[in-house]
Amino acid sequence: MQIQSLYQEIILDHYRNPHHKGLREPFDAEVHHVNPTCGDEVTLRVTLKDADGDPVVADVSYDALGCSISQASASVMSDLVIGKPVGEAMRIAQEFLDLMQSKGEAAPDESTLEDAVAFAGVSKYPARIKCALLGWMAWKDATGRALDETTGHAS
Amino acid sequence: MTLDVGRVRKDFPILDRQMRGGKPLTYLDSANTSQKPRQVIDAISGFYERHNANIHRATHELGEEATAAYEGARIKVAGFVGARDESEIVFTKNVSEAINLVAYSMGNASAGAAAPARFRLGPGDEIVVTEMEHHSNLVPWQLLCQRTGATLRWFGVTPDGRLDLSQLDDLITERTKLVSLVHQSNVLGTVNPVRLIADRAHAVGALVLADAAQSVPHMPVDVQDLGADFVGFTGHKMCGPTGIGVLWGRRELLDEMPPFLGGGEMIETVWMDHSTFAAPPHKFEAGTMPIAEAAGLSAAVDYLSETGRAAIHEHEQSLLTDALTQLTELAGVRILGPTEAADRGTAISFEVDGVHPHDVSQVLDELGIAVRAGHHCAWPLHRALGVQASTRASFYLYNTHEEVTALAAGIRQAQQFFGVA
Repeated sequence: MQIQSLYQEIILDHYRNPHHKGLREPFDAEVHHVNPTCGDEVTLRVTLKDADGDPVVADVSYDALGCSISQASASVMSDLVIGKPVGEAMRIAQEFLDLMQSKGEAAPDESTLEDAVAFAGVSKYPARIKCALLGWMAWKDATGRALDETTGHAS
Repeated sequence: MTLDVGRVRKDFPILDRQMRGGKPLTYLDSANTSQKPRQVIDAISGFYERHNANIHRATHELGEEATAAYEGARIKVAGFVGARDESEIVFTKNVSEAINLVAYSMGNASAGAAAPARFRLGPGDEIVVTEMEHHSNLVPWQLLCQRTGATLRWFGVTPDGRLDLSQLDDLITERTKLVSLVHQSNVLGTVNPVRLIADRAHAVGALVLADAAQSVPHMPVDVQDLGADFVGFTGHKMCGPTGIGVLWGRRELLDEMPPFLGGGEMIETVWMDHSTFAAPPHKFEAGTMPIAEAAGLSAAVDYLSETGRAAIHEHEQSLLTDALTQLTELAGVRILGPTEAADRGTAISFEVDGVHPHDVSQVLDELGIAVRAGHHCAWPLHRALGVQASTRASFYLYNTHEEVTALAAGIRQAQQFFGVA
């Protein structure tokens, strides 16, 4: 079945046992994103810490209702960005976005995307790309707000 | 007259195509949009190949033919739904535009356009809808209430997916200016008692609009019997093309209502500082209309009439009963809305325990089965039922009992794939 290229075992594993799920305190910013076509939603919190003037993602916590692809993607995303400098995490997010827009043509780099390479097949299913991006977009939004927040406090 | 589904299927070229992996197409998404018979496709291409011109303003032979095709479609549609005459048929882009036409006309009346008081809204006035509306019969009224200061109220839905009519006399009062409700729910399949509600609304002097997008394609609908003052439906759900919808309105109301969109063809006279307007239906048809689409819609009306609407309805009821039985028997599957075929159309939305609707529909798609997943443009209804989203299968005249069985087998396969069965 071609559907296995969409639902890779890694995706189903993350779906059944999502990492970092649940909302945690403290946090610097919280966002709520929805997918208006299906009503799927995610509430996501980001905590940043300062490492010699360089912001680092200290924690990402989330609560989400949605399909296997959106749930698994939020789990993989939090694995990838937690502990990384914000700049590097943003580059990974961009790489994932590029992969989603590749229509199945890209050869994803496992050294940066790790488990997220399993989502390469999603890019062949236009209706599901939004599902895979829901958590990532929420994280980018929350991180942007957290940066504003911390910069605001500094000034 | 019994429907020969094998013969019907031969009229729909798309049913012959193969989907990914060489699977035959099982199209169970007709509540979203229906497929088109050869007769409709030919009518559209035939119009462009032989008769294309603009209507009403071209003084040449092609213009006469195009006008005859367009106005002929209006006569066809008028007969199809029992309008008093074709001047009660306004062509629109779709049902959303038909509903917005009434909403904006009332908004214009409220903002000072010359119109009788029944069309004017202000603080203290009320519009009544239901919790099972498609967004297209909810959002326009929210916007109208914002513009005029009127209040929006609504009928609730019972747990089994019927309108809660116990609220009838409390909801529809002398403050009510308009009641707008769906005839057949696009999610639950529920057929609502429009007449009963319209009688109450008329007793307090309110206008009534029925969204018949899901009923006109599937059963004989007579606008006089229905009892509403306005009825909206759309071509693409009844074997016709996209881009053309219909607003039926009582002529005396269309006469009194201010225009919606301004532009060419909707005028009587124009000066630099003001205009007077054409008589209905042209008053509501600004600019070049969907002419080839009207020719296609006309062919769709012929097709449904010749196939026999009673026969279509009977065939669909048989598929519906089969589908309700097969889905009810599946462990872990819960149907939203009535589980009996009485007063119910063929849209069946359901939840599968432990499998998200997107994932159900993805597995079905892999099998060549097209359904819809999500909230089906009825988010408040899903919220009222405590459901995040659902999967919807909907049947039409070209569907078969084998396809019902394929759906049930596909759902089982999705349950197995996600390890819940």
